[in-house]
Amino acid sequence: MWLTRPLSERSTLLFLAVLGVVMALVVACNLWLPRGHALHVSTYTVTLLGKYLCYALLAVAVDLVWGYLGILSLGHGAFFALGGYAMGMYLMRQIGDRGVYGDPQLPDFMVFLNWDSLPWYWQGFDMAWFAFLMVLLAPGLLALVFGFLAFRSRVTGVYLSIITQALTFALMLAFFRNEMGFGGNNGLTDFKELMGFDLTAHATRLGLFIASGVALALGYVLCRAIVVSKLGRVCIAVRDAEARTRFLGYRVERYQLFVFMVSAMLAGVAGALYVPQVGIINPSEFSPLFSIEIVVWVALGGRATLFGAVIGALVVNYAKSVFTGVMPEAWLFALGALFVLVTVMLPNGIAGLLRRRRGDAEQVPTSTTTTTEAST
Amino acid sequence: MGMFSAGRGLVGLVLAGLLWLSAGSALGASEASSAPDPGRGLLTELAEADYNGKKAVIDTIVASGDERSRRWLESLADGKLQRLKDSGDFVIVLRNRGREWPVVDALTFEDAGEVSRRALDRIRINNALRGYLDSSLALFDLRVDDPQARLVAARDLIGEVDESSVEPIARLLAEESDSDVVTTLELALAIQRLDQGDVEAVEVLAGNLDSRARAALSQASRSDDPTLAAAASEALTSIEQVLKINRAAETLYFGLSLGSVLVLAAIGLAITFGVMGVINMAHGELIMLGAYTTWAMQQVLPGQPGLALLLSIPAGFLVAALAGVAIERSVIQFLKGRPLETLLATFGVSLILQQLVRTVISPLNRTVVTPEWMSGSLMVNDALSLTLNRLYVLGFALLVFAALMLVMRRTRLGLEVRAVTQNRAMARAMGIRATRVDILTFALGSGVAGLAGVALSQLTNVGPNLGQNYIIDSFMVVVFGGVGNLWGTLVAGLSLGVINQVLEPWAGAVLAKILVLVFIILFIQKRPRGLFPQKGRAAEG
Repeated sequence: MWLTRPLSERSTLLFLAVLGVVMALVVACNLWLPRGHALHVSTYTVTLLGKYLCYALLAVAVDLVWGYLGILSLGHGAFFALGGYAMGMYLMRQIGDRGVYGDPQLPDFMVFLNWDSLPWYWQGFDMAWFAFLMVLLAPGLLALVFGFLAFRSRVTGVYLSIITQALTFALMLAFFRNEMGFGGNNGLTDFKELMGFDLTAHATRLGLFIASGVALALGYVLCRAIVVSKLGRVCIAVRDAEARTRFLGYRVERYQLFVFMVSAMLAGVAGALYVPQVGIINPSEFSPLFSIEIVVWVALGGRATLFGAVIGALVVNYAKSVFTGVMPEAWLFALGALFVLVTVMLPNGIAGLLRRRRGDAEQVPTSTTTTTEAST
Repeated sequence: MGMFSAGRGLVGLVLAGLLWLSAGSALGASEASSAPDPGRGLLTELAEADYNGKKAVIDTIVASGDERSRRWLESLADGKLQRLKDSGDFVIVLRNRGREWPVVDALTFEDAGEVSRRALDRIRINNALRGYLDSSLALFDLRVDDPQARLVAARDLIGEVDESSVEPIARLLAEESDSDVVTTLELALAIQRLDQGDVEAVEVLAGNLDSRARAALSQASRSDDPTLAAAASEALTSIEQVLKINRAAETLYFGLSLGSVLVLAAIGLAITFGVMGVINMAHGELIMLGAYTTWAMQQVLPGQPGLALLLSIPAGFLVAALAGVAIERSVIQFLKGRPLETLLATFGVSLILQQLVRTVISPLNRTVVTPEWMSGSLMVNDALSLTLNRLYVLGFALLVFAALMLVMRRTRLGLEVRAVTQNRAMARAMGIRATRVDILTFALGSGVAGLAGVALSQLTNVGPNLGQNYIIDSFMVVVFGGVGNLWGTLVAGLSLGVINQVLEPWAGAVLAKILVLVFIILFIQKRPRGLFPQKGRAAEG
């Protein structure tokens, strides 16, 4: 079956093995080493790592469209946040009457706004299966509608980047409004439990960490499967010469739309796993800055490699945690410098450095759009 | 003969005034003065009369022309005119909290120390008297020399006229010379007459845009008298119509103003992105630098905000242009032909610039002073006033646009820019130094961003996030108008501003913005090359 094809690749197996070993080590060090031990991993750190794994999955999703399809999405944070909101709505309904106002039906912020019943789009979110379905469907539908309109009229390159940015910006403004019914400025928070498990318990946190790792592994294998399939070959052709691919008879927009939707759904899953671990989802996840940060994770790790995206997400977010803890002022300088240095000096990212050392002949093309192709 | 007598009357008046003045100054100078103060008598009468009698005394005080009477009446209305129980002297209480109240002498207004509140007797008034006092005070202000002050007093009278004040107002109206005050007073009287059921008053009020006139008319339109009700509602409809036009004009003005801001923010981008094809995400931060230049200039020239603002126009241009050149040389030149990478790298630059401003200056907003000649507003009529600073910015935006058009169409630089963007290799073969043109064009676009910042400093807060708020809008405007087309940017910016303002009343500010964004996203799907797509060779870039 095409989905299992990547499992016969050495690189994929290596990636899965490294991921599995590291996660097993983290879990072991958390469970069996005593608290004072030098190698003990605190539950706080486990949750932090779980958050990084979600970011890594998000980065893989972005790499799929940017690295292999040539679509630089500056709005993937929107899909991530939509998945997160779907999960957040489920968690809100799970609170039940344990909220501050003790209303069995309405979340606290709705009571606060004097709403007397649940809006229609909140119906069904008390059921886990429905909420998890929405985690996939909400970002998927947005990607479908947006992608259908954009790819059909052949909006590509920089234009697409800018309107994806406008999309997430518009959504951010919308979710900031209290009238939208998503908690406005404060977002959704104060979660108690997920499918009956207490969110503050150690076991739940470990479980979420493992779930994030499994999701990353599955997402990676899925993306890899797409990339090595015939579909993936067409995607690369679209990236390198969109017009030529179209003249060869391929319906370019269909390939773009399909892969874009898959990517959006992966981002949604990442968001859904992220929310219970950080305990809050608010409109700042829609901010254009966050979306563009994701892109720089991928750029740093190396485009069109998938594992590069994972490395980039982990490195940048670890650096962010360190910087914001030690000298918060310097973080934006560092991030800004990272943007400049990576694009100017390291076009193939960390993965490119590794390749060069191994003397691999495979090259990631630098041209990404037909516009550049025409102008150079 | 008539003139002679008028002259003599004037002389008499001046003489009387002089006499009175000298008496007043003598009073103020020493208490030992033997001349008895007429004020003391008036106040004594006031304190001792009953409520009806007090009314008469108030009239006497108003008529006396004593320049202290305004303060007397004011403190009487506030309950602060009081009498010392033991000496019978009058004082004005400054602050009636606590036990010991600071007071001033009511006749000389000199500090009289602190007095226990038990030692004081308040001169009492009732509600009817308080209303009478208020209109007397307004009448009082109608007698001052400054026509502006009279106008303010007359405005205060609108809707407050009652039967007792009709006659004195009518008398003052007959003597009034300032036409604005006359119209205002007539309006005040007409509202009172309308309330009394006078149909002729409707004619005075018809076409008047004052909200209180409208309130009076709408009340009259519900009256029992059918002729009055009909006349009033007819007048009301015509007023509503005029108001509707005015509101539309106001929306249009605010829309154009918002649009001019968008045009200013986007026009520099139309050069760097539209003409050169360079995505500069740090464009917003160049705007911010321009705004901060204005702030810095005002710090250098304290007390002269106008001069500082004028000087910061060239300074803001230079600062932003230099910053632009630095960005071009250090980052963009290495990324030619890789637009997505350029986008990312310049985004990094924008983060660095923002943080630089936060670290070096302050993360907080800075205040930029609006010079006097730019503040205030231009009153077109009662319902429509145009704020001056927005008017200036609108004019400035058009000026910058015209200048930019001239540069692109009529100068050698413009010619070279167009040549290089259309066919770089051919332009170089013709002897154009393409790199130099790149730098100059980028400097021009960046400098215009700086100008936008100077203008924006007059409308919004100057802070590190200033640029961020405009970058998406600016790109939208350029893309909407059609890349590479300056006219398109102008039309797109102004029309987006107007659309936003038209949507705002029924959708709210945030939703209006969202709708506009969605509209542009959909529009780009329909016409990917914008409102005014480029034709011919330039379109193939």
